[in-house]
Amino acid sequence: MNRVYLDYNATTPVEPDVLDAMLPYFSGEFGNAASIHTPGQRARGAVETAREQVAALIGARPQEIVFTSGGTESDNHAIFGIVNPLVSGPFPNLDKNDDGPPQRHVLSQHKHIITTALEHEAVLNACQALEKDGVAVTYLSVDRDGRVAPDAVRRAIQTGRSDPNSFPSHVPPATSLITIMHANNELGTIQPLEEIGRIANEADIYFHTDAVQSAGKIPIDVNELQVDLLSVSGHKLYAPKGIGALYIRGGTRLRQLLYGGHHQRGFRPGTENVAGIVGLGKAAEIARLSLAEDAQRVSTLRDKLQQGLLQRVPQSRVNGGAAPRTPNTTNLVFPGIEGEALLIALDLKGLACSTGAACSSGAVEPSHVLTAIGLPPEEARASLRFSLGRHTTSADIDFALSVVPAAIAQLRELSPTYQKAVAHE
Amino acid sequence: MHSRRISYNKIVAMNVACQFDTLPERAETQRGLIAVAMSGGVDSSAVAALLQQQGRSVVGLTMQLWNQRRLPELQADGPVQHRCCSLDDVYDAKAVAQHLNFPHYVVNFEKQFEARIVRPFVDQYLAGRTPIACTNCNTEVKFEPLLRMARQIGAERLATGHYARIRKNDDTGRWELLRARDETKDQSYFLWGLSQEQLSRSDFPLGELTKEEVRALARRAKLPVAEKPESMELCFVPTGNYVQFIQAYSQERGTPLQNREGEIVNQTGDVIGRHHGVHNFTIGQRKGLGFAAGKPLYVLSIDPEKNRVVVGEDDVLRKTACEVEGVNWISCNTPSAPLRAFAKIRHKHEPAPATIEPLDAGIVRLNFDTPQRAITPGQAAVLYHGNLVLGGGWLR
Repeated sequence: MNRVYLDYNATTPVEPDVLDAMLPYFSGEFGNAASIHTPGQRARGAVETAREQVAALIGARPQEIVFTSGGTESDNHAIFGIVNPLVSGPFPNLDKNDDGPPQRHVLSQHKHIITTALEHEAVLNACQALEKDGVAVTYLSVDRDGRVAPDAVRRAIQTGRSDPNSFPSHVPPATSLITIMHANNELGTIQPLEEIGRIANEADIYFHTDAVQSAGKIPIDVNELQVDLLSVSGHKLYAPKGIGALYIRGGTRLRQLLYGGHHQRGFRPGTENVAGIVGLGKAAEIARLSLAEDAQRVSTLRDKLQQGLLQRVPQSRVNGGAAPRTPNTTNLVFPGIEGEALLIALDLKGLACSTGAACSSGAVEPSHVLTAIGLPPEEARASLRFSLGRHTTSADIDFALSVVPAAIAQLRELSPTYQKAVAHE
Repeated sequence: MHSRRISYNKIVAMNVACQFDTLPERAETQRGLIAVAMSGGVDSSAVAALLQQQGRSVVGLTMQLWNQRRLPELQADGPVQHRCCSLDDVYDAKAVAQHLNFPHYVVNFEKQFEARIVRPFVDQYLAGRTPIACTNCNTEVKFEPLLRMARQIGAERLATGHYARIRKNDDTGRWELLRARDETKDQSYFLWGLSQEQLSRSDFPLGELTKEEVRALARRAKLPVAEKPESMELCFVPTGNYVQFIQAYSQERGTPLQNREGEIVNQTGDVIGRHHGVHNFTIGQRKGLGFAAGKPLYVLSIDPEKNRVVVGEDDVLRKTACEVEGVNWISCNTPSAPLRAFAKIRHKHEPAPATIEPLDAGIVRLNFDTPQRAITPGQAAVLYHGNLVLGGGWLR
């Protein structure tokens, strides 16, 4: 069966050049990058080259890159590393860029995080875990295109300063961390990180972004965005699964998540996944060099798909279409259908796309992202995401345009609610 | 295998004035593709293997019906394994699909399941009835949204692991439901609610097989679930403790069960004890009455209005007549005159001969030839003529 893959936001194939770069590091160059001897040094060299390659993709310095197991670990490390849930921790807005010991400690209930309602679960569930330990979390709402307003971030900031006139003195929470994703996985919406970064910097608050969906798709410069922490996942940019990176701005006081050896300057113990790291480095290099060209080509195909579907499917609309988006993503609502059934019908015809977020059993649950942009539940369930990639061809789009409208027509014919709605008009 | 079209004309004609509608011909869609409702158990897995062996193109669908992490207080006794809706079962279904190499999907019907099955189940218990969830799950979930989804994704029919048979009566044009060949496994008692449309789109490939033959088939096909034990409990109450479930669910709904205490009375109305809520009782129950009596006493009836449980001796528990509502005539049209049939009033009941007297629309009276023990409101009465399921309804 002819199979067309339009689910690159879920994962990407490993680029052949990436695989070639990795292969020597499984058997031939198998050294432990922490070893002193020559095989170890060769592995170390490969890791450090990869660190430079990843740093170059996001405008960072190599020593600011820590390799992790993927986006989820990077997000968790950033959040739990800044906001210590257990007892106490440094006042980040006092300690920032200070290499000396922390001067003051605050209890967890005096800490505060600002995030948004449409973050990835790796961020949302980490914040919810901290809430259980007494940390205050503000989940900023977004507009109908999935954009957060920088002013809302500014208003949500809490200084932690007590009112000198109040007695007994009450210590309000202070914002320790702002974590807002760069591009959304379901909509492609790009957040105004430059403005948020400026606000965070002025308020002297750590700023983390989950850039898993933007890295390799749109230009990233950590200094322009003024982020302190940034998460990257390998398998979203044509490197293998199980490898990722966290950018940690120099001077950031970050608690380690895992305890073990002294690998990666103590930030992330565990023997380095050399082959994976080499793959991520190579993929980052390819992405940096081909980013502009890829974006141009992919966005043309994406627009063709989006326009074609809007024309061919009555009542279809784009979710989040008015905001700046990653060039490869479009999310459409087809009223009167169950996205779950459409996904299966399309898969049986050979087209892979996505709806909502999968849960542990694999069943589809209503998307919190689509709910956050104000879609009613039935429209959230009637939405489908198409995400294109470097290997998507014009023929792939033609195939999608031939099967999707027909599948939707068949679903609608068997949908009692849709038939009722049509009869009503 | 056996043809679905069996010429058949004798049985029903007997005393049912049946005038059968003719169904429009089925539109054949994507000929060959058939969906299998896979629970992860051996029966539905064997169905998939069997259909594949017959050269059908199979797609597996496993319903996610109930989040087992809900009501965590019900899981205190450690991990519950091999229950429908549990993750283990979903993985088992996936493993079978992978072993046989056909596409498989988990589909989410949690909302429908709660609204149509779980909530009414709890409400019925609280109203002093003893509901069966499986019948409604078939009529309102499996052969409703799941069947629709099967057709939406291009399958012409939905096959399940039910032990029952479907055939088309060429004379009447009607789809008929029959008992399974393996009488000990027969599940027709739970399927009487299906409409002609639902039956015409359903397939029960195990209807002609015994459980042993199904196990053997599963072993021959080397299915990873071939030796899996059967699940006996209601899927959303894996502990089997309904009372605990009803309490926990009511709590979660924000309507905790408080002070539902009431009186236990004998037939003459004398108070002889107290109870902690009518949902603890079912007709014919002896245990758990909370007091010792000379002669064994049984629950005769439950009066939710007065919050009373009436008890008495075994002979009073036997009754000759009862009424059935919400009747669905499957294999024939609604009769206008009394007819004779065998009536089965609970899953493990030996069908008893009775005269069926039509009353109002959807309501019939059953007059049994001999008194039947513990006729329980909320359970189904299913009417048989030989192996043919004439119809069924709810005891009231």
